[in-house]
Amino acid sequence: MNDLAPTAERLQEAREFAGLKPEGYWQGVFKRLRRDPITVGAALVVLLIALAAVFAPWLPLADPYDGRIVQRLKPIGTEGMPLGGDELGRDMLSRLIYGGRLSLFMGIAPVVAAFLIGTTLGVLAGYLGGRTNMAIMRTVDVFYAFPSILLAIAISGALGAGLTNTLISLTVVFIPPLTRIAESVTTSVRGLDFVDAARASGASHLAVIRTHVLGNVVGPIFIYATSLVSVSMILAAGLSFIGLGVKPPEPEWGLMLNTLRTAIYVDPVLAALPGVMIFVVSICFNLMSDGLRSAMDVKL
Amino acid sequence: MLRYVLRRVAYVVPIALGVSIVCFALVHLVPGEIVDAIVPADAPPEVVEQMTKDYGFDQPLPVQYGLWLWRAVQGDLGESLVSGRPVAAEISKAFGNTFVLALAAALLGFSLGLLMGGIAGYLQGSLWDRLVTGLAVTGVSLPHYWLGIVLVIIFSAQLNWLPAVGAGPAGSDQWQLDWAHLRHMILPAVTLAAIPLGIIARTVRAVVAEILNQEYVETLRAKGLGEGRILVHVIKNAAPTVLAVMGLQFGYLLGGSILVETVFSWPGTGFLMNTAILQRDLPLLQGTILVLALFFVSLNFAVDILQTLLDPRIRRG
Repeated sequence: MNDLAPTAERLQEAREFAGLKPEGYWQGVFKRLRRDPITVGAALVVLLIALAAVFAPWLPLADPYDGRIVQRLKPIGTEGMPLGGDELGRDMLSRLIYGGRLSLFMGIAPVVAAFLIGTTLGVLAGYLGGRTNMAIMRTVDVFYAFPSILLAIAISGALGAGLTNTLISLTVVFIPPLTRIAESVTTSVRGLDFVDAARASGASHLAVIRTHVLGNVVGPIFIYATSLVSVSMILAAGLSFIGLGVKPPEPEWGLMLNTLRTAIYVDPVLAALPGVMIFVVSICFNLMSDGLRSAMDVKL
Repeated sequence: MLRYVLRRVAYVVPIALGVSIVCFALVHLVPGEIVDAIVPADAPPEVVEQMTKDYGFDQPLPVQYGLWLWRAVQGDLGESLVSGRPVAAEISKAFGNTFVLALAAALLGFSLGLLMGGIAGYLQGSLWDRLVTGLAVTGVSLPHYWLGIVLVIIFSAQLNWLPAVGAGPAGSDQWQLDWAHLRHMILPAVTLAAIPLGIIARTVRAVVAEILNQEYVETLRAKGLGEGRILVHVIKNAAPTVLAVMGLQFGYLLGGSILVETVFSWPGTGFLMNTAILQRDLPLLQGTILVLALFFVSLNFAVDILQTLLDPRIRRG
């Protein structure tokens, strides 16, 4: 999960991708995606967990905050508690499903925010070049010099625990790699003849950026961003795990993993359950990202 | 070559300064007056005022940064709010433990990753290849702190084979080379090795597969070279890329071990940061992050130079 860095290879791939995009391209991508059983399976699992999380209040579930001391660490399969009770006697199944709300949100929201900010910065740096490029890219390099988890912990540790602070720190962590890819692709697109031709035929800078640059840049960055969702989820849950993310009693997978640590000698399977959720969702996002990459990567 | 090294130095020094600015700014991110984060909550106003003066918080920010950097360069990272001991001393004690653990994890993860990825690259499309690819995805998708908990559940709680916490018997907080200490290291090292194992295996597989598909390999085969000699060519060509990834991964092992160290109560820099966060000990947090980030920057610099030595194409490029 620490593999944040877009490798030279990945950057090259993104640049190559930007060059060629035949007609009917997106139909082709979807057709290839539909035929890839692993990607479809992974997408279905994520969809199922996401739908359950979103519609949790309407599902016939116990109150995820309602703890009863007699139900403390009830084993899996107890009458009325299919997945047992947690360390405060709250219904595990309900908490795992409700936990998906915050965990998925914290996996996706920082990536979306960083995607918007990083693309903007990268396109600006790549298109304007010169001093603007220097200023943006050198600043990005500084944040890049931190291992991702160290930077997340540094910012969260200074700002303190809480949902908003976690979102801020993770967004800052993901901006540098996305900016780098956007800058790299933009710089190579800007040098292509059709951009000069568009400028010469009277297109404004804004029009060139919108149609030619963004059209080519968004694809590769999107592929990369999907692979960041799993990193974001693991980091967010990790921050909660050391007490820097979501605060109790909110149901959130990382936090649940932390509070259930006291139970590993009493009910080990129960204590490991929240981690299974993080792992399943994160591997599904990685598989989806891999599938998307091979579906979008048309080698002519 | 010397010109290349100088150019890299000219690039790295501003980055290192930038890193120090970020670390300096961290303390200023804290809501409220900075001095409140440094003095105990029940300190009398005179003390607060004295501290403000001593630390230079009444000075403009650039001056404060200059003073802070000057002290940091001389090895003075301030004092821990909780223990009162110098931060630099706390870090140097913990850093050794983190380094040893990272080294063990790297040896384990890198050697297995090289072996598995290399074989997968040679046997493209085979069952083994698919197995390694699947394992690599699993490695990067694993929340490693959870893997640590699962290992503790299996090998400590259930089987009672290996100790679950600490670096040695009876709360030993200094690592030594003996069986009692090695036993404590097995679970955290295996946990930490999972990610680099996956990433190295994936990288090596891709690089080896790509090299084997090159025309010059066919030429080598055509002129009758044995597989052993071809392997030498493959290793020579794969080395720069693989080395760069290994360098990065080693840095991540050092800087990213906080969660694993927390799971195993391993007395390293990650555990130190965790304590600092729980007790709101900002000088300790800031100092540890500065040291780890600067180490990461220097490591990348060293890998960069080494890579150029191995691959002359980079120098010319």
